[in-house]
Amino acid sequence: MAGQTLYDKLWESHVVREDESGSTLIYIDRQLVHEVTSPQAFEGMRLSGRKAWRSGASLGVPDHNVPTIDRDKGIVDPVAKKQVDTLEQNCKDFGITEFLMGDPRQGIVHVIGPEQGITVPGITLVCGDSHTSTHGAFAALAFGIGTSEVEHVLSTQCLVQKKSKNLQVRVDGALKPGVEAKDVALAIIGVIGTAGGTGYSIEFAGSAIESLSMEGRMSLCNLAIEAGARTGLVAVDDTTLEYVKNRPYGPTAEQWSQAESVWKTLHSDDDAVFDKVITLAAEGIEPQVTWGTSPEMVVPISGRVPNPADEADAVKSSGMARALEYMGLAANTPMTDIPVDVVFIGSCTNSRIEDMRAAATVAKGRKVSDKIKYAMVVPGSGLVKAQAEEEGLDKILIEAGFQWRDPGCSMCLAMNADKLLSQERCASTSNRNFEGRQGNGGRTHLVSPSIAAASAIAGVFATPESL
Amino acid sequence: MDAFTTLNGVVAPLDRSNVDTDAIIPKQFLKSIKRSGFGPNAFDEWRYLDTGEPDVDCSGRPLNPEFVLNQPRYQGASVLLTRKNFGCGSSREHAPWALLDYGFRCVISPSFADIFYNNCFKNGILPIIQPEAAVDRLFEQTFEAEGYALKIDLLKQSIILPDGESLSFEIDAFRKDALLKGLDEVGLTLQYASDIKAFEDKHRTAMPWVFSE
Repeated sequence: MAGQTLYDKLWESHVVREDESGSTLIYIDRQLVHEVTSPQAFEGMRLSGRKAWRSGASLGVPDHNVPTIDRDKGIVDPVAKKQVDTLEQNCKDFGITEFLMGDPRQGIVHVIGPEQGITVPGITLVCGDSHTSTHGAFAALAFGIGTSEVEHVLSTQCLVQKKSKNLQVRVDGALKPGVEAKDVALAIIGVIGTAGGTGYSIEFAGSAIESLSMEGRMSLCNLAIEAGARTGLVAVDDTTLEYVKNRPYGPTAEQWSQAESVWKTLHSDDDAVFDKVITLAAEGIEPQVTWGTSPEMVVPISGRVPNPADEADAVKSSGMARALEYMGLAANTPMTDIPVDVVFIGSCTNSRIEDMRAAATVAKGRKVSDKIKYAMVVPGSGLVKAQAEEEGLDKILIEAGFQWRDPGCSMCLAMNADKLLSQERCASTSNRNFEGRQGNGGRTHLVSPSIAAASAIAGVFATPESL
Repeated sequence: MDAFTTLNGVVAPLDRSNVDTDAIIPKQFLKSIKRSGFGPNAFDEWRYLDTGEPDVDCSGRPLNPEFVLNQPRYQGASVLLTRKNFGCGSSREHAPWALLDYGFRCVISPSFADIFYNNCFKNGILPIIQPEAAVDRLFEQTFEAEGYALKIDLLKQSIILPDGESLSFEIDAFRKDALLKGLDEVGLTLQYASDIKAFEDKHRTAMPWVFSE
């Protein structure tokens, strides 16, 4: 019998029961709950008179709607406030721990889960948010679900699922200096497309992946969903174990050796068979910038805006033309000639301490261009913010002209006050460049933190080396 | 959830690929704590010429005449025909809620994003996957004949065209059954409460740190 993939192992260790049709009831170890996708789930439970199956398995936190400035004034938008208040009431009523807005541990679900040790290897973890794939960086089977499934997990601690196929994406070799995990992820999406991973669980492997920090692996797995895969995984190694140690919700000192022995098995077997394997050479990856309205519309920063006329597929070509019109771009324009209005450094993709350091390294001793309307840095959690301040990163960034905000999802999806105006062009470290994503009519270009910071300084898309 | 058995509905053609859930229901409407009322804001940014805000009556807003769903011939449509990778992006179940509230009970596409596909079944919407060639043909016929309607028979897993020809489609047995009967999935799972408890006991020994609460 062939060996198992990491995904197979995680799946098998959580099967409660299987039926003849291939539908499987799997056990969910932990759930993260935020204000936007949970109110209707709790309401459903009230209507059916159901309690939480295991309230300690869930943690609540507001992140999507919260303001990133003037927190002492509370939430001004009454609709957003009601949603955040509803989460608080629901967590209270159903016995779920919540980190409130004023709690130093508050932050984006996908930042605080790992930070608190809620995310550990070998578990199943869900959240009503597609970027739950982030947690796969820890070899945890983690995926985004809809609100009905949030209710299902709260009520039963299980989900009915169908097993995905296995896709391995290998990146071997050494990444060039200045190339970050974000660039690797965007380059992969550029190759396989936004539906390339649909129906698959992706395992990222190869020496370039192994060389990434946990922060880098989280950025990479975060973007698995932008390649269509609900789950992105990286095997456990010493980097993983080192990160997980001594986290508040992780194993106790007495449990550590048992945990470690379980976790060390969390890799694909040498003879495991994948349904599909895709290989990229690390040396061939350059810093990336998206030019259109889908993450697969991406080119190296040294490249140009593509020409729809060069695309043979008619549906694709008209999609490209529509994207260029929305983005206000002409075909063949060099990416480094495109002026930027706004810079956003944050989101569950890039708001961890390493991202803050990358931005500060570029900003140090420089000034944000006067062509930039504003450049904001939004740390992913209160603890990331505190750590960055301890390292003096906030001072460097503020000195350079960046705004230093409070933690939340912020302009990644613009549910709070942080949003683009129509036709404003943003260099953003977030994960989606869809039409209107960062504000109605706004134009988003996805980039790494270093490229975002360098573009803030240059006023056009730029690499740190070019400054 | 309403059961889905058969549907006889006018088809609306949304001739785009990669339609994401941000387009289906923009983020400002996700602040609602209800499941209903999203229909007037479905495809808000494409459908209206102004910027939509929550809790605003949409009946007086300027419609975008260019947007296909605004054309008189597609009013009352309950089948949405679209291109590949429909529903990509965010996991928001507000997307199927908006489609349902608008009046769609069936979406036909060459492919769907996984989370959206799954969310449809929880809300009595039938997502049907058809080969690209079949979808091309349905688009042609929809554009040609005003009032073009399809009959969908879930039990037989078939789409019946106006000329009587039928196209078959695949669907997972569990999802089909749940949709046909309009089942409460949580209730179904709770029938296996003793299996879940037995699993938990075993799991607690294997991974005690998961139960640290």
